[in-house]
Amino acid sequence: MPLILGMSMLLACQMLGEMLARGLTLPIPGPVIGMVILLAALIVRGKVPESLRVSGEGLLRYLTLLFVPAGVGLMVHGALIGRDVLPILVTLIVSTALTLGVTAWVLSRLQGRLGKGDRS
Amino acid sequence: MNVARLDQLWVYLSGNPLLSLLMTLLAFTLAVRLNRALGGTPLLHPVMLAIALLIGSLLLLDMDYATYFEGAQFIHFLLGPATVALAIPLYDHRERVRRLLGPLLLACVTGILTAVASTLGLALLLGAKHETLMSLAPRSVTSPIAMGIAEQIGGIPSLAAGLVLLTGAIGCALGPAIFRLLRIQDPAVQGFTMGLAAHGFGTAQAFARLGAVAGAFSGLAMGVTGLLTAFLLPLITHLLGWG
Repeated sequence: MPLILGMSMLLACQMLGEMLARGLTLPIPGPVIGMVILLAALIVRGKVPESLRVSGEGLLRYLTLLFVPAGVGLMVHGALIGRDVLPILVTLIVSTALTLGVTAWVLSRLQGRLGKGDRS
Repeated sequence: MNVARLDQLWVYLSGNPLLSLLMTLLAFTLAVRLNRALGGTPLLHPVMLAIALLIGSLLLLDMDYATYFEGAQFIHFLLGPATVALAIPLYDHRERVRRLLGPLLLACVTGILTAVASTLGLALLLGAKHETLMSLAPRSVTSPIAMGIAEQIGGIPSLAAGLVLLTGAIGCALGPAIFRLLRIQDPAVQGFTMGLAAHGFGTAQAFARLGAVAGAFSGLAMGVTGLLTAFLLPLITHLLGWG
């Protein structure tokens, strides 16, 4: 039973999120709003129910598998990607490297400064 | 004896969700094993390997994507509750997140601006077409959000989703080398960076290789990046006169 109870909680949060997103025509997807709702509920409650932990962490462990069906959709766009293959690949690789480097550098610098501020 | 003919059996199987569901799970298992046999190299991400295996099989079997997706949608559906479940590690590490909220937000905005500016700049320089450009723009955001954004700014949603996945795999391959280069060891910083630049792929890798703290920060980065980009990007393309 814990698996079912935990899954119900996740789905309920997602449904609330979807309803809010549709109802208010927000550009944010329902599951992300659902995540915020669940986080708020957990903070109010003060702990994570065991059933929720079982199903939630089970899903997160296999997160990568869940991307496969959408990824197979790349086959539909073979022609379009083929036409722009060089700009697409170069852009993705260089820009991802830049994003990783800049973010990591900024965050570690800011964090270092914050750490020093705490000590003084 | 009554034995059904092979082609009739195939008609039944190919119209049934069972086959594509099973194929997806088998391809994923095989890809994970292959990746492990190759020493767990991040250059051949198991997800990209599984996708390549599946595309190859579908082409061989002459099955189109819509038919495949009828079965695979059961797996795809679980992305929703999995996204909601990211609230759990986030809650577990709420103290650390709260303490770092300022730096995290600042790093997040800087990261998004770097991602969007370098993507648009490079693609434009290399002569990508408008619809490709608009599908590339939201590439560092988790796929459900990216699809929504692409639609809003004139890209192709399903192409955007594919490019998001490629970005994820590239991020996972480049991440460890870049952290080594910049001498960054803090799992929180690594996790957050992976979540920002490589969304769900980065988060999955952070959980698997760097532990729960990195996973929590990665999930946080993925969520916040998605939220902020959804607001910022339509604004940016509008300002540039593309909207």
